[in-house]
Amino acid sequence: MKPPPFAYHRPVTRDEVDELLAELGAEAKVLAGGQSLIPILNMRLAAPAHLVDLNFLRDEPDEPVVDGGALAFGPLVRLRAAERSPLVADRLPLLAEVLHHVAHPAIRSRGTVVGSIAHADPAAELPAVMALLEGEARVRRRGARRTVPAGELFAGHLETTLEPGEWIEEVRLPEQGGRGAAFEEFARRQGDYALCGVAALATDGRLALSFVGMGPVPLRLQGGVEDAVGRLVPEDDLHATARYRRFLAERLGARAARRALGAA
Amino acid sequence: MEVTLRVNGTAHRVDVEPRRLLSDVLRHELELTGTHVGCEHGVCGCCTVMVDGHPARSCLMLAVTADGAEIRTVEGLAGPDGELHPLQDAFRRHHGLQCGFCTPGFLMTALAVYEEAPRMSDAELREALGGQLCRCTGYAGIVAAVRAAGESVP
Repeated sequence: MKPPPFAYHRPVTRDEVDELLAELGAEAKVLAGGQSLIPILNMRLAAPAHLVDLNFLRDEPDEPVVDGGALAFGPLVRLRAAERSPLVADRLPLLAEVLHHVAHPAIRSRGTVVGSIAHADPAAELPAVMALLEGEARVRRRGARRTVPAGELFAGHLETTLEPGEWIEEVRLPEQGGRGAAFEEFARRQGDYALCGVAALATDGRLALSFVGMGPVPLRLQGGVEDAVGRLVPEDDLHATARYRRFLAERLGARAARRALGAA
Repeated sequence: MEVTLRVNGTAHRVDVEPRRLLSDVLRHELELTGTHVGCEHGVCGCCTVMVDGHPARSCLMLAVTADGAEIRTVEGLAGPDGELHPLQDAFRRHHGLQCGFCTPGFLMTALAVYEEAPRMSDAELREALGGQLCRCTGYAGIVAAVRAAGESVP
C-alpha cells in the first residue's frame, strides 16, 4: 500500500527541527532512514499529520566520531557507514558484528543507528546493544537538552520515554576497551527478524547479557545465563512459541557468554 | 512539491505529492517500469535501485527524500546500443531468471557486488543477495550468474 497523506517538512538545521517539533507536537514524526517508518506508513499502521525529514540537515556527520571514550552517532549516520567504519571495527567490534545481522545490505544503506534506537523495537538488534553497553541518547527539544541513559530510554514495545517535541540528536555507545563481547542470533533467513538474539559483554570475568526479541524492552542482565534467561518474558507468536524462544535463549546465551569470556 | 531526480544520468524535474514513494514516481511519472513493486514494505527486494551508489529499496523511500540523489535503475544497465550489461548477460546464460519479476531487484543488488567486490565467496554472495526473493528459480542460477559476472571482471 501507499503512505497516507501528511504535511512534509524539510529542516536544514537541528534548531529548525526543534522549532517544527515544538509547533507540531505529537502530530509529527521524524523521518531519517525510513526503513522502519515507511513500512509502517505503507501498511497504514500509523498516519502522522506531519513528517519532519532529517535527510536534508546541513553539515551532519555521515560517520561516527570518537568523543570521550564513546562512539557518537549523529542522526544521519547510516547503518552501512557504521558497519564499515574503521573506528567501529577498532573500538567497538561488537557493533560491527551485530550490524552484519541487521536486515539486508539494501536496508542498511538507508537505515540509521539513531533511527533504530528511536524506533525502540525489542525485536531489533541495536536497542539490545544500546542496553548492554549502557549507551546514552542525547535528546533535545526547543530550548532544552538532556541525556537519557539506555536503562531509562525504552518504555515498551516501539515506545521510548521521549516527550512530544523531543528527538534524539545523537546516540553514544561506550568503547569496548579490553572487554570481551559476542553476538549470536537465530533467524529463519539471514537478515530477517531473529526469533531470538543475544549480545554478551564480559568485564573482568563478570558477564552481562542483553537479549533480542525476548520481551517488551531490552534489558541488561548481569550474572549467569540461567538467571538471565529466567528473567525473560518471551511471547508466543506465529513464528515461534515462547518455550522455543527460551530454549534458543539458553543455547545462544551460553554460546555468546563463552565467546565473550574467552575473548576478554 | 517539485523535486529533481537524477536517474541513469538524466535529471528529471517532477512535481510529486510528498507521500509518493520513489518506486511509484519512477514507474508512473518517469515511466521507468523496469523497477518492479512487490511487497511495498521492504521484504521482497523487487524494487531495489541504486541511490547515491548503494542499493536501496525504492518502496521505502519517499521521492521527496530522493531529491537531488543519483539514482540508477535497471534501465541504465544495458549499453546505448542495447548491449547487455555483463550481469544481464550472465543471468541469461546461467538461467538466473524465469518469470523475471524479481530480476530488476536482483540485478541492481548484484550491481553493488559486481562493482565493489566481484569475487565474494559463495557464503558472502548468498548473504549479499539474501534480501531478494525469487519464487521461480531456486536461486542456484542467480548465484551462479552473479559469480560468473564477477569472475569476468578483469
